[in-house]
Amino acid sequence: MPASNVADWDAIIRDPRFQSLHRRKTTFLWGLMAISVVYYFLLPVGAAYYQDLFKIRVWGVVNVGILFALSEFVVAWVIALAYSRKASRDYDVMAAEIAKEYGGVKTEAVEGVLV
Amino acid sequence: MTNKSRKWTLAALLAVTPLVATPVFAQAGVGENYRWLTFAVFAAIIAVTMYVTYLAAKRVRSASDFYTAGGGVSGLQNGWAIAGDYLSAASFLGIAGLISLYGYDGFMYSVGWLVAYITVLLLIAEPCRNIGRYTLSDILAYRNDPKKTRVVGALSTITVSTFYLTAQMVGGGVLVKTLIGINYETSVIAVGVLMLAYVLFGGMVATTWVQIIKAVLLVAASIVIVLLVWAPYGFSLPGFLADVVADPKVQARVANLLGDPAKAMSAAELGQRFLEPGLYFKAPVDQISLGMALVFGTAGLPHILMRFFTVRTAVQARRSVVWAMVIIGGFYVLTLFLGFGAARFVGPANIAAVDAGGNMAGPLLAQFIGGGPNSFFGNFMLAFVSAVAFATIVAVVAGLVLASASAMAHDLFVGVIRAGRETTPQGQVTAARVATVIVGAMSIGIGIAAKGQNVAVLVGLAFAVAASANFPCVLLTLYWKRCNTGGIVAGMLIGTIAAVGLTLVSPNLTYPKAVKAAAHKVIDAAPAKRAVASAALTSVDAAMAAKATKDLADLDKAVAKANADLAKFANDDTSFMGLEKPLFELKNPGLISIPLGFLGVIFGSLLMRDRRAESLWNEVYARQNTGLLVSKSVAL
Repeated sequence: MPASNVADWDAIIRDPRFQSLHRRKTTFLWGLMAISVVYYFLLPVGAAYYQDLFKIRVWGVVNVGILFALSEFVVAWVIALAYSRKASRDYDVMAAEIAKEYGGVKTEAVEGVLV
Repeated sequence: MTNKSRKWTLAALLAVTPLVATPVFAQAGVGENYRWLTFAVFAAIIAVTMYVTYLAAKRVRSASDFYTAGGGVSGLQNGWAIAGDYLSAASFLGIAGLISLYGYDGFMYSVGWLVAYITVLLLIAEPCRNIGRYTLSDILAYRNDPKKTRVVGALSTITVSTFYLTAQMVGGGVLVKTLIGINYETSVIAVGVLMLAYVLFGGMVATTWVQIIKAVLLVAASIVIVLLVWAPYGFSLPGFLADVVADPKVQARVANLLGDPAKAMSAAELGQRFLEPGLYFKAPVDQISLGMALVFGTAGLPHILMRFFTVRTAVQARRSVVWAMVIIGGFYVLTLFLGFGAARFVGPANIAAVDAGGNMAGPLLAQFIGGGPNSFFGNFMLAFVSAVAFATIVAVVAGLVLASASAMAHDLFVGVIRAGRETTPQGQVTAARVATVIVGAMSIGIGIAAKGQNVAVLVGLAFAVAASANFPCVLLTLYWKRCNTGGIVAGMLIGTIAAVGLTLVSPNLTYPKAVKAAAHKVIDAAPAKRAVASAALTSVDAAMAAKATKDLADLDKAVAKANADLAKFANDDTSFMGLEKPLFELKNPGLISIPLGFLGVIFGSLLMRDRRAESLWNEVYARQNTGLLVSKSVAL
């Protein structure tokens, strides 16, 4: 741990490795966020305006609407998993490298891949 | 599921089947003869949580221990605690109830509660862990005027938590009264005192463990009930749902909901309709607005944000959310079976007769599946679910009180009133405990005063304010360089005022003129209906005569209620706000108030430019992405 409460934040921001971390994270995170919001709002919109589609029976009495609602859970879990794998394999390693150089702080990236 | 365990569940189910031949649901709650069982289960849960509190109390020495369990909670533990904090009585009992009464729409409603955590995971959890220390305001104060942002942040935290808390207290009071039969005021005081014991002595350490214990019990109880409900169908989804839609109780419910159009539908069509959208949500835009409040509001709930300060690193914060999503999502999938199972076995009419909102669906299903109201196992299951419901309320209230108390003690007292002066660690813990007692006493008072209030409106308000005020402020201070004090203050004020204001003029309030018009309509139509039913009374068809007798009784009830409404609002033409009819048609204000909150932050920031906030941007951004110096963040 560094003795002082200040690190050279401006230098970190200028560091090409930080710039690359920032770029990759921003695209991936906001991309996933957009997908999840759009996919979520398809459910109430579909239930309201595409009832004929939601009523089609596909598996016994189970209809498109029920399968679509269940798929919302699966998509949420897949997004969570995709993000956490990417973060622990990629971002954590990059962040740890930067943190080590500028602050000598041990982070948890070494613990490896999550779930 | 292995063959062996499937055999076991089937055997267990067969063993109890003969007992359920004639279920009677006239009275909810545990029967007199089994009351002791309820108290035994309650006593066991209270004893365990008290012992945990006793152990925790020894560990609480500093403000950090009190507010955040010293940052010593693991990701997995925190995931369970978040689930325990989030699966409130409303989501645990309410969603199963909605599904049992309205079918598909109830299940659709549950989806937003899980998707909300995507926002938390991707945008909020990790940066908050890296920037904050104890409270929401810590994040807002980081690069802004600490006094001003702490004041607005603390006020908003207290506002959101109070709405949520009141809903929990009122809902909990009613629930405990129905389940155990003790009166409303006593149950509110019991919840309050127990919660105070946990928080006051054990701080965040005890609160975390109470939430974990409760979440584990809740999930375990649900799994047992779902296994028993689903096993006879060989764990087939279409098989189970086919039986649900073929049930006359379900078909009668749909016919009742649809009214005249139902007359042209066959029994099979009526049943299938239960699996299709549109029985509960009439206005699509209402549902979208509510969805927005859920998906963005959760990320602004102070008691949920506070949970991320209990773990040491951003990696653990991420792990907490992933675990929480697995637990919460899994639970909502189970509610599909709890809700449809309750509709099939207990019947929507019986559920609504006990509680119009359907909140008793889960507990009644537990009783049925265990063997019915006169069996030991049935009453044990009901007692167990009741005790879990009680623990749920206590655990959620504890988290809310801790969030409010931290805003009061850490932000307002230490951060604003005593700003610039040193507060000793001992002084900080004392301030936190004093604030806890104040908030706890207030919550009991509010719970008793708010008896009979509409709980759904209050929960909706909590989410709306969190989404419209807290969420834009937290998001933009983390991700937008130009965000500053002016923006935070403007966003908080505009978001809160818009959300609360629009709710006050929305259709959620009672409008006496409309109520009276409806009452007059019922009374005017009564003579004609009475004539039809009276004529049928003498019919040779016994079934028709019986139906006519029932119709007459229902008619008498409806007329009596209409007269009561007329008497109640005799001298009253306007709502609480002095309005004759709603000014604003949306039930949840999110669709309008969330964009307004964002605009408030953006224009506030642009109008009151602040070089200091911009110059600290590099520090905030580097820190939230690298986790550098986490333990040293936020100097007071």
